[in-house]
Amino acid sequence: MDILTSNISTGFLWAIMAIGVYLTFRILDIADMTAEGSFPLGAAITAHSLVSGVGPLAATLLGFCGGALAGLVSGLLHTKLKIPDLLTGILTMTGLYSVNLFVMKAANLSLLADVKTVFTMVNVGDATLTTIVIGLLILLIVIGLLVLFFNTEMGLAARAVGNNQAMAAANGINNDNMKIIVYMLSNGLIALSGSLMAQTNGYADVSMGIGTLVIALSAIIIAEILVRNVTFGQRLLMIIVGAVIYRLIIAGVLQLGVDPNYLRLFYALMLVLFLALPLVEKEVKKARERAANKREMNN
Amino acid sequence: MTTPALEVHKLNQWFEKGTPNENHALKNIELTLQPGEFVTIIGGNGAGKSTLLNSVAGSLQVTQGQIKIAGKDVTYQSVAKRANLISRVFQDPRSGTAPLLTVKENLALALKRGAWRNFWRKGVRREDLALMKAKLASLNLGLEDRLDTDIGLLSGGQRQAITLLMATINLPELLLLDEHTAALDPATSATVMALTQQIVSAQNITTLMITHNMQDALKYGTRLIMLDHGRIVVDLPQEKKQGLTIPDLLDLFKEQSGEELNDDAVLLS
Repeated sequence: MDILTSNISTGFLWAIMAIGVYLTFRILDIADMTAEGSFPLGAAITAHSLVSGVGPLAATLLGFCGGALAGLVSGLLHTKLKIPDLLTGILTMTGLYSVNLFVMKAANLSLLADVKTVFTMVNVGDATLTTIVIGLLILLIVIGLLVLFFNTEMGLAARAVGNNQAMAAANGINNDNMKIIVYMLSNGLIALSGSLMAQTNGYADVSMGIGTLVIALSAIIIAEILVRNVTFGQRLLMIIVGAVIYRLIIAGVLQLGVDPNYLRLFYALMLVLFLALPLVEKEVKKARERAANKREMNN
Repeated sequence: MTTPALEVHKLNQWFEKGTPNENHALKNIELTLQPGEFVTIIGGNGAGKSTLLNSVAGSLQVTQGQIKIAGKDVTYQSVAKRANLISRVFQDPRSGTAPLLTVKENLALALKRGAWRNFWRKGVRREDLALMKAKLASLNLGLEDRLDTDIGLLSGGQRQAITLLMATINLPELLLLDEHTAALDPATSATVMALTQQIVSAQNITTLMITHNMQDALKYGTRLIMLDHGRIVVDLPQEKKQGLTIPDLLDLFKEQSGEELNDDAVLLS
């Protein structure tokens, strides 16, 4: 039972990250590698702030802002210097590795037991349960704000940019600015996830970002396989389900006794499987049609 | 004297200048449109029609010359910057709308063309819905009941009609039509052309329309311009354009440019 709840709470934190990745991945059609750097950045900033005596809410917010800044850098590199999106992400991610070490002054920063975090501010009794409740609360706030934003004048413009840049420009929308805004929101959320992860785990680690993008994309694709054609808000809610399912699959694999050192290979293989699934589905359907046609012709 | 809606002055466009593939696409174009004029531009492949339109729209940087819209120099303004003055309907029906956004969301975007967009005001405002419905109803395509449909699910003709509506829902100083019926089937093309005429004349919109279709070029508009090898070779006002037939136009072209019009697309349409 405890394993289940702790995995669900991790799933919720992954969901925040996956929603962040979703913004660049589906709205701008960019697989933004910045995620791998902004996730530990959020963790590093929050951990450093908490250790320095900043209150948990402010420390978490600072983590978000750090991620948004990382997004700003990637956004500027991509739009103003016209660096291809993939390379942009790799550049920022690489640079952030040093930034993260600078923030933490070490590869690893532990939060002592007496440091208050957003999860220990209120006491519901059971620690894991508190994590779940607070994680869900933050998720719902994030989704609510995103749905509101993407239905404002500016939010509509941002969605139009991802859909059809020529049309957006013809209607007076500055494509670059909108992309930068989405980059900032996306990486802000990814850093928020990192910040919360550091607070539940009790430490920030410079290498905790490795695999971020693959985990997030897996959660997104599970959500998309589960239901198709839903509204933006429903899609974000489904990503929570996708992230939790993905986390439970991983937990199951660990439970089977797989060496945690091989986990990232497993993350990658899983995503390959998810990405290949639609193709396999199509090929199977084609093969069935061929077989049916053959039977028909032989009769 | 009224300010002209469009002034193109000494416009020159080169492609790949300084290379063996150098192409002087527009040569010293002088063109002035008075408010309310509806100009049709015709010409063969490579005559410079699209280059001229893209220069005015801002999607192609001007090599030499000046472009003014409603008296404002827009020569070096980006497409987005000059969107408060110009609206445009593209050739490809997919280009003018955002497919994953609904009809009302697309129209809401067009209502703010060229204006500042806030992040605290709702994108689709309830008080605009009545206007959207009325405008859609005026198209006579039954689209007024499909405000919540994703535009990507509509047909090319429906999308083009909506793009036309989006381009004119706030009156532009200049409307650019870029062979906007060329990608449609003949019947739909005729419907969209009729709608264009209806909207443009009802609101007296200054319009620049590129077309491959000589019949349309003669039938619509108040002035006809023929381009050849980057120059304006024929410029007919309404009085001279009326009563002209396609053979007349071909003769005129031959007389002015010294050669036969050599574009199947123009001749066959």
